[in-house]
Amino acid sequence: MNTKSLDIKKLLLDNGIIIVLLLLVLFTGIMKDNFFSANNLRNVLVNVAPRVIIAFGVSACLITKGTDLSAGRLVGLSACIAGTLLQNKDYANKMFPNLGDMNIFLVLLISVAICAVFGFINGVVVAHLNVPAFIGTLGMQLIVYGVCLVYTKAEPIGGYRTAYTTVATGNFLKIPYLFIYALIIGFIMWFVFNKTRHGKYMYAIGGNEAAAEVSGVNVKKTKIIIYTSAAVLYAVAGFLLGAKSGGSSVNMGASYELEAIAACTIGGVSVNGGIGRISGCVIGVLVFELLKSSMQFLGIKPDFQFIVQGIIIVVAIALDIRKYIQKK
Amino acid sequence: MSEYRLEMRGVSKSFPGVKALDNIHLNVRPGSVHALMGENGAGKSTLMKCLFGIYTMDTGEVYVDGEKMNILNPDDALHKGLAMVHQELQPVPARSIAENMFLGRYPTINFGPLKVIDHKKMESEASKWLKEVKLNVNPNELLQTLSISQMQSVEIAKAVSMGAKIIILDEPTSSLTENEVSGLFKIIRELRQKGVSLIYISHKMAEIREIADDITIMRDGTYVGTWEVKDISDGEIIKQMVGRELSNIYPPKNDVEKGEVILKVDNLTSIHENIFRNCSFELRRGEILGFGGLVGAGRSELMEAVFGLRSIKSGKVYMKGKEQTIARPKDAIKDGLGMITEDRRGTGILGCLSIADNVAISSLNNYLIAGIALDDGKIKKVVDENVSKLSIKTPSNKTLIQSLSGGNQQKVIIARWLANNPDVLIMDEPTRGIDVGAKYEIYQIMINLAKQGKGIIMISSEMPELIGMSDRIIVMCNGEITGEVSESEATQENIMSLATKF
Repeated sequence: MNTKSLDIKKLLLDNGIIIVLLLLVLFTGIMKDNFFSANNLRNVLVNVAPRVIIAFGVSACLITKGTDLSAGRLVGLSACIAGTLLQNKDYANKMFPNLGDMNIFLVLLISVAICAVFGFINGVVVAHLNVPAFIGTLGMQLIVYGVCLVYTKAEPIGGYRTAYTTVATGNFLKIPYLFIYALIIGFIMWFVFNKTRHGKYMYAIGGNEAAAEVSGVNVKKTKIIIYTSAAVLYAVAGFLLGAKSGGSSVNMGASYELEAIAACTIGGVSVNGGIGRISGCVIGVLVFELLKSSMQFLGIKPDFQFIVQGIIIVVAIALDIRKYIQKK
Repeated sequence: MSEYRLEMRGVSKSFPGVKALDNIHLNVRPGSVHALMGENGAGKSTLMKCLFGIYTMDTGEVYVDGEKMNILNPDDALHKGLAMVHQELQPVPARSIAENMFLGRYPTINFGPLKVIDHKKMESEASKWLKEVKLNVNPNELLQTLSISQMQSVEIAKAVSMGAKIIILDEPTSSLTENEVSGLFKIIRELRQKGVSLIYISHKMAEIREIADDITIMRDGTYVGTWEVKDISDGEIIKQMVGRELSNIYPPKNDVEKGEVILKVDNLTSIHENIFRNCSFELRRGEILGFGGLVGAGRSELMEAVFGLRSIKSGKVYMKGKEQTIARPKDAIKDGLGMITEDRRGTGILGCLSIADNVAISSLNNYLIAGIALDDGKIKKVVDENVSKLSIKTPSNKTLIQSLSGGNQQKVIIARWLANNPDVLIMDEPTRGIDVGAKYEIYQIMINLAKQGKGIIMISSEMPELIGMSDRIIVMCNGEITGEVSESEATQENIMSLATKF
């Protein structure tokens, strides 16, 4: 009996933040009629899709006791590159006026390839130069922002071809394409995390890097793969976000990495490494987006929304650390 | 004056689902060294944590000099005359020795409400107490310039300076050399003479014999009994600890057939020459090759280099007659080597992962389907097989390794290598911090591996273990191999003379 009541208490504490946020969502739903409408839920799902793709990338870095602060800027860079290559022929401010209609898939590959290079550099800096991931990727954040400014000349990009925007805004049997992409990528990442050697190596490095090396894990190579593949995910997310918004600028994706870290932590990815699941990323992002939507519905001013989001991030990480300390 | 300096009466402590301590008694006479023994998991640490107020006991009372005490926390304990020198010291290495000794209680000069640290007084006080423990160092030196044994002396000096009447030493000799141990014993004897009582927690029988007056034995959270050390034999102590008689500490080897040379190390020199140099040796199939020497002789470092964890300047490693380039453990593993490192927590276990993941990690290449996906069924089979073969005590293979006892963790690490089926297994201090019963099982595993034609290298600082288990012992001193003794001529004396050659 005693242990059972303890388990419930532990369950409540360990998932406290999710429970509180879900209560808030429920509260909003009761107070505001439209909140649980199909339309709003659809809206939330469409917002969740690109963010969860970013969160998958960030979570892999977190699991190895790293982090990736360049995520948001890479999302922006990818969106800008894709945008400039997929503008309408007759759009007045076209960046490359003489460029014909490029194959959309080819443009995605170009964005992915360029971001992958930056991700690879992140990996090399973290793995081979032993720079703490927090610092190394912070530098990369600034570098990528600079590159994006130089590339776009700080001009907003618009006038996308419908073929490109449909990639994000289209539906299949009333299900948004975006949701389907996120689902497919989620499945692939679940497979990578749980069913491949690379996934096991990732968890081992997070659990104890030195022990992983002794056990024959190529720690450096694994980390480089993690940072590179994370950048690939950011590129895909950026490509989709650009299509979804129908335009982009250098500010696209700014601070998305922080949201992703927060969402991962809410979903149980430990900042102490070694622990985290794909389902956790999904739950974390979903809960975080529901929170944002709730605040909008409740008419909380955007200024205050930032304050609330900040508090949630700190509380989520504090609760995570608490779990870790208890385990000792 | 009471008969006992410290009395713990009827201490019980339960955690959810487990009774960790059941009616334990501990009576320590003034001016005595009291050994506290028991297998890992017997409840020694829990008892000490109860004494220091880290855990609250469910029932039980503590008396110091006959006076009932209610100890709230370690700081409170210090003020009531109890101090503990931990197994893993937790000092502030980048500050001076004096500051470490007076951390949290700096002597001050008061200018009204403003308190300024009195460095002069702190230094002179520190020097005085350091002399007390025969430590001849400048208190202004940074703590990190000291050796582990010197740091330990600083901790003891700190305890004495605070007027500790009872000092608890938790495995104090686990990382000391023989010389340092005798230094420590000298300090202990002097403290004892001054009426200080010491509680000495250790697994090493010889030390208990040498230093302790009384002994209390615990088993599975229960009180077994208290004896004067002179009234109880080694065999009896072991019997009381494990609750069964271990007729042999080392299992019989039955002369395993030795095969061809499987590993040859030729003139290996470390990239830092002072660590080890010009080391050559051979290992045959079916052989258990012991490596003896003092801590710091370079044995672990040499083996880590063979395994690709350290860089070498010159020399060659041959496996099965073929020269190998070993840049990292991954290469060594591919060549058929495996290594169980000395620091189980630091470089062995993957703490927050399951037993299954810990076992499978170094052999994942064997379970790939089409080079991509892992075959979960195959992994489960290998894990189950090894976990039961090594009789690892766990509720399930999904249990986190960090919740197992030291002996079972070590067996999981062994299982990791068995799953990978190496030709040569290097075991660095394989039984450190492991209780008597589990030790025997690990010896048994080593002999079985040798019978299967594998070569085993065992580094051990425990002389009896080295002599009892090895077919041949190579001794190192100060980075060089100083000699070799065969099984028949191995005695503590001739190993020691090689280990202290220069």
